[in-house]
Order: sequence, then structure tokens, then C-alpha cells
Amino acid sequence: MKRFLFVLLLAAAGVPIRAQDEGEDLLSLLGDEETTDYATASFKTTRIINLHSVEQAAGGVLDFRISHRFGFINTGVYEMFGLDGATIRIGMEYGINDRIMLGAGRSSFNKTYDAFTKVKILRQSSGKRTMPISLSWFSSITVNTLKWQFPERENHFTSRLQYAHQLLIARKFNERLSLQLSPTLIHRNLVSVPEEAHDVIAFGGGGRFKVTKRSSINAEYIYVLPDQLLPMYHNSFSVGMDIETGGHVFQLHCTNSTSMVETGFVSETVGDWMEGDIHFGFNISRVFTVKQRKRPAE
Amino acid sequence: MKNLFFLFAALLGFSTATCAQKYFTRTAHIDFYSHTSIEDIKAENNSGTLVIDAATGQIEVACTIKAFEFEKALMQEHFNENYMESNTYPNATFKGKLENISSINFTKPGSYTTKATGTLTMHGVEQAVSVPVTITVEGDKITGETRFVVNPNDYKINIPGPVKGKISEAIEVKVKANLAQLKK
Repeated sequence: MKRFLFVLLLAAAGVPIRAQDEGEDLLSLLGDEETTDYATASFKTTRIINLHSVEQAAGGVLDFRISHRFGFINTGVYEMFGLDGATIRIGMEYGINDRIMLGAGRSSFNKTYDAFTKVKILRQSSGKRTMPISLSWFSSITVNTLKWQFPERENHFTSRLQYAHQLLIARKFNERLSLQLSPTLIHRNLVSVPEEAHDVIAFGGGGRFKVTKRSSINAEYIYVLPDQLLPMYHNSFSVGMDIETGGHVFQLHCTNSTSMVETGFVSETVGDWMEGDIHFGFNISRVFTVKQRKRPAE
Repeated sequence: MKNLFFLFAALLGFSTATCAQKYFTRTAHIDFYSHTSIEDIKAENNSGTLVIDAATGQIEVACTIKAFEFEKALMQEHFNENYMESNTYPNATFKGKLENISSINFTKPGSYTTKATGTLTMHGVEQAVSVPVTITVEGDKITGETRFVVNPNDYKINIPGPVKGKISEAIEVKVKANLAQLKK
């Protein structure tokens, strides 16, 4: 009996002591409130290399981009391994909100104007709402403004138009690795020879691997389904590196594609890696916050 | 034997008496401000959680790093990805004690100033801190406030050379919490 009482006594004495204990976890009294954690920054910028990534300019943010490809490396010393040649695209992109981005640009390749829209449909998340992937939709229209090859013929403006549609399916696997698949449909109103398809179906794939917090290695490949293009065209393959410095992202890369818009690099890539038809090139992105976000009132 | 029973009863009584009121919030407002001649950076978070045990003076605060909102989206991305590494260290916490808790009467209107001393943990680094705290009781409204300065270097937040001039080494942090009784 005495021993039993002693135990009871100890137990009772233990209660106030525990209440004073530093280790007691007060916050756990509130219980867990589950929240949704969205994956952010799957890629450093809106492009993997040529391909659009699932990233886009945030609402109210303007992204000014200069993309540049030198000539083919295999042109030798006379062309300074391509440095004498240049193809350029200058573009502006603007986030209407965090989900919708509009953009436009002008490329020297085929004197092309392009305009596009990119919309976030799904965002990768974990926690309360779980979504394994991010999904975006991309559509663009391009206008080739080269002089008519045969001015004496009856030419239609619509012949200059090409369209690209893409689904961007991406997953950020961890802090370093993100992969993306981009099923692509290109439509050309006019093709050069009847053997070429008006509608070209292709599958793009790409990814990035972060080396440090501010740099990553990127690669992408676009597989065009067979028998749609003439044999002179090759699949686009690019490898490169992203370097981020504050508001700028520099992308340096090697690619066999000359064009920097979808309708061009998917269906008009003439370069062959095996032959050394490789462009050194870069994209520079600079973002400007045009419209500051509304901060929640205190 | 009787004495023992008495002692036992007394101890039980004592132990229930210490189970006094706790106060809490899930919507503590936390903001910080970094001022340099090149750039001012502001961010705020309205989902801090805080619990005070009025009996012991124990206080705990936690906030989600990703919930900080910036005026510029890119700043927010860099804050999470490059500086706070919020995927690895999702929360910042403070665990400590309010000094002279007995002098604060949570049921009597007035303004009480004290200090919270304890451990501030963020970016995976623990630092002992002591910050001034004001607790204001107005009717049934209880507000807790603090203001203190944090140096990113103390928490191993690496700021690379080119942007050193843009991020202050004395970042001012403000916390304001409207507390409610925790009924449990």
C-alpha cells in the first residue's frame, strides 16, 4: 500500500514539473494545419534552351529577351568558327497575371515576326492538394516576311503564316532536377514541296540539372515523327548552361537549330551535329517589374 | 497515512492550478525590411503561428518561409531558392520565455513591456536571441508586438559579392499578433 501511494505521489508530483518543462511543444497544441505547397522555379527562365519551359513571367512582369545564334562552328577560321555570322531574335514577354503570359518577337531568320500565348493549366503541388506535374499550354503564330520568291505569281498573305501548339508537361523532381515533355503540333499554310506535311507532329523533351544555386546544365531534343519533312531537315538538339545573376538570366548553348521560334527549330533545322553544324548561341533575359503586386492590407 | 493522503491531494491541486490560460494566433503578421542605398526590400507574411503559456511565460512562434510575399516576384523566387532555401528549411521558429510573466495580467487592460529570450531558428541555424516584447490588453483584445534586427550572416545565409550592396546586414523584423484564448 505504501509503495503504491508513493508511486501515486510521484506521479502527481510529476505533473506540475512537466508543465514547467522547457521541452513542451506549445505549437503542437494548435494541431497541424495542412497547406498546399506549390513547386516553384522548375526552370530558371521561360525557355529550356529553344523550347518554352513551364515557367513564365509573373503577373505584371515584363521579360525582355535577346537570343543570338552565331554561325556554324564548322565554317572554319575564315568565318572565325561562326562568330562572323549571326541570327538574332529580340522579344518582349509580359505576364498578364501569374497564369497567362503574352509575348512577341522578331527574328532575323526568315525575317519572322512571332506572337504567342502561354497559359498555366496545372501547377505541381504537394500537401493538401497534390499534383504530380505542371501543365501549360502554348500557342504561337509566325509571319515570314521575306520577299516573295516568285513575285510574278499570285501570292497570298496566308501563305506566310505558320502556327505552333504545344503542351508543356513538367515535373520538378527535386531541387536540382526538372524534366519536361512537350508534344508539339506545327501547322504550315504553305509548304515548299508536296511531299512535306502541312501538319508536323513532334515530341520535345528537355531538362535541367542545377550545378549550383545559380547555375544549371540544360539539354533538349525534339523528335519529329518520320516522313513529315524532307531528309535535309534534322531533329533539333541543344545543350547549354543557365547562369543567373540577380535580374538577368544568361543561357549559353550549342544547338544545331538556327531559328529561335517553334515553327522554325522544330521543322526547319538543317544543321547536323555529326557534320559539325553547331551554332554557339545565347539567350539573355532581363525582367522588369512593371506593375507592383498588391500587398495585402495590414 | 492521513498525512500522505493530504500531501497527495495538495499536490494534485497544485498541478491543476498551474494549468492556466494559453493564448495563440495563426495569423501573426511578420514583416521584414532591408534598407540599403541601392535597394529597399520588403516582405510580409500573415500566417505566423504563436502560442504563449501565461502560466510559465513560455512562448513559441513559427512561420512558413514560402508565405513571405514580396513586391517583386523575382525577389520572392530568389529569397526562397537562393537565400532561405525554403525547400530544405521550410520554417523559421522561435522558442523561448517571456521574462517576468507574473507581472503581465492578461485580463487587466494595460500595456506591458518585457523581453522574450530564447532560440531563433532559421535557415537551419539556431541563435540565442533576446527581443523586446510589448503586450497590450484592451478589453478582451490582446496584442503582442516585437521589433528586432537580424543579420543574415548569423544564419549562414550566403549573399554573393555582386549583390552584397543590395541586402542589408541589419534587417528589421516586425511581428504583430492578435491573440485569442486557447480553449483546451
